[in-house]
Amino acid sequence: MTVTSTDTDVHVAPSGSHSHGGSGPTGSPAERFTSHDPDDFAVPTGREEEWRFSPVRRLRKLFQPFAAERSIELQTELPDGVTLSTVGRDHPLFGTALTPADRVSALTAANIGDVLLVSIAPDAVTDGPITLRSIGKPGLNYAHLIIEAGRFSSATVVLDHVGEATVAADVEVVVAEGAALTLISVQDWDAGAIHVAAHAAAVGRDAKYKHISITLGGDIVRLTPSVAFTGPGASAELVGLSFAGDGQHQESRLYIDHAMPQCSSHVVYKSVLDGDTARTVWVGDVRIRPAALGTNTYEVNRNLLLSDGARADSIPNLEIETGEIAGAGHASATGRFDDLQLFYLQSRGIPEEEARRLVVRGFFADIVDHITLPDLHQRLMASIDARLGAVAEPAESQEERS
Amino acid sequence: MSKLEIRDLHVSVEGSVRTEHGSTDAEILKGVNLVVSSGETHAIMGPNGSGKSTLAYSIAGHPKYTVTSGQILLDGKDVLAMSVDERARAGLFLAMQYPVEVPGVSVSNFLRTAATSIRGEAPKLRTWVKEVNSAMADLEMDKAFAERNVNEGFSGGEKKRHEILQMALLKPKIAILDETDSGLDVDALRIVSQGVNQVRETGVGTLLITHYTRILRYIKPDYVHVFFDGRVVESGGAELADELEANGYARYGVNEPAATEAETASA
Repeated sequence: MTVTSTDTDVHVAPSGSHSHGGSGPTGSPAERFTSHDPDDFAVPTGREEEWRFSPVRRLRKLFQPFAAERSIELQTELPDGVTLSTVGRDHPLFGTALTPADRVSALTAANIGDVLLVSIAPDAVTDGPITLRSIGKPGLNYAHLIIEAGRFSSATVVLDHVGEATVAADVEVVVAEGAALTLISVQDWDAGAIHVAAHAAAVGRDAKYKHISITLGGDIVRLTPSVAFTGPGASAELVGLSFAGDGQHQESRLYIDHAMPQCSSHVVYKSVLDGDTARTVWVGDVRIRPAALGTNTYEVNRNLLLSDGARADSIPNLEIETGEIAGAGHASATGRFDDLQLFYLQSRGIPEEEARRLVVRGFFADIVDHITLPDLHQRLMASIDARLGAVAEPAESQEERS
Repeated sequence: MSKLEIRDLHVSVEGSVRTEHGSTDAEILKGVNLVVSSGETHAIMGPNGSGKSTLAYSIAGHPKYTVTSGQILLDGKDVLAMSVDERARAGLFLAMQYPVEVPGVSVSNFLRTAATSIRGEAPKLRTWVKEVNSAMADLEMDKAFAERNVNEGFSGGEKKRHEILQMALLKPKIAILDETDSGLDVDALRIVSQGVNQVRETGVGTLLITHYTRILRYIKPDYVHVFFDGRVVESGGAELADELEANGYARYGVNEPAATEAETASA
């Protein structure tokens, strides 16, 4: 869509600057620092590049080890071909897809007691989604989940977060050769929740990984989805939606590491900010290493500001270390209502207020429509409508759609 | 019977002239007079930059255009006092040259919302579905079209068919078609023209804005007006279009043909 760019509190990296990482002696940008040892990461002060947009003072308690209060109840739904087990940190898959890239993630990995393991059997094509529903109550929590998608399996995992809790989470996803995995993470928290999570995926040969993040609720939600291709011919699609109201901070920091040939990645993240103190951050880092011949990657970020004081930061960043690629690009736009869209709808007789509602709803639906589970889709649109304070669509019209 | 009257209309466009100190408004329409009644088809022809599209957008109420003087009346009611959506509900329709993408809003939801607004009540679902399907069939549009997002990823021909589909469903009193023929190949032009002709049979008054004469082979105008430098400079019957096809806009001091190159070659 064509959102008009404005200068209001928008920080977009110049599109020409495709190398932010600083150069080492080899001419390659610096590696993203990762470590399993929490002490390798200093306590964030808010001056670090990766924390400079975050409300670090409100995250302070997550920067030190804490005694977990286990205030999250887990409800699960598992289709055939899927097993859920509790394993220890000594499990061979632990730490294979995820090496912590920040202090909270490292503390989580170091202090987690029980690790949850979801295993999708090789060749299994699951009937219905695997649902892990976290129902939070106030209290501090660590969570570590490993999702193992066996060779040529096909499944959808839904991580559904509701209620109020403070949680530091590591999610590692191992997508084996030829598998197709969709991971949907829903942050439909109540006010008061704080959620800081790393979602790291290792995607194997010819595998398809789709990560969908929908953040609607909670005081602070900071997600760092990353993808590393471990075989050629794989694809990753990352889509996200943030809807921030007053007092909400929603941050998404993506990192896609192309080190294998013939892989593709596609990113579409959108946010809507409705409230003078609403805040969203989107950082999309893509690295194409010398071996990643034939890479195709594109990132899009769109932010719609509905309030004067709202602030959206948007930083796409592309590091290209080989010329032999199929395509690489990014686009970012932040703005208010698109006057042309409103004019078009109004010129068909639709009153201005309703035209605005259609545009905003459409802006959301564009992302939510990636979710093909009808119940979840409907629930999320209803939650969006409720948060928008708008009347739901007439029942008749929904009937027409089904 | 409905009547659209345009009287001595002067319109400026926001910031369209660059000056030393930024930009300033420029007068694009310089006294337009025109009357379009139900059942009539008026073609407005003119070279690029003559203000044809400005006239279309001004009637629809695009915020970029400021009416500095003159009147637009629909059945005696002051159109300029109406908001964009009020104008549409009063019976005006603009088929746009560049229809706008609206991500996440399906064609079916959009059409139904528009029809509900125009008609004042939600159309009965069963008859509505029939109505939409039949109008889409007339325009040789696939049913799957209704599930796509408004204008998103549409080809040029699909966008124009979608505009005429809306015209057929919203049943305006007066329709303005702004360069509906632009960017269409012969097949698409034929289908779109047939669609327009079907709607014309319902008695709509039509203002057909075009640079080229080729659409007039499919849609026969009752009146042809030549638009130049922000006003109507000559009016006549269909024969005026033939004269433009032969000689272009040369006699208005503009070296632009009114026939497409292919037509000139075959003539």
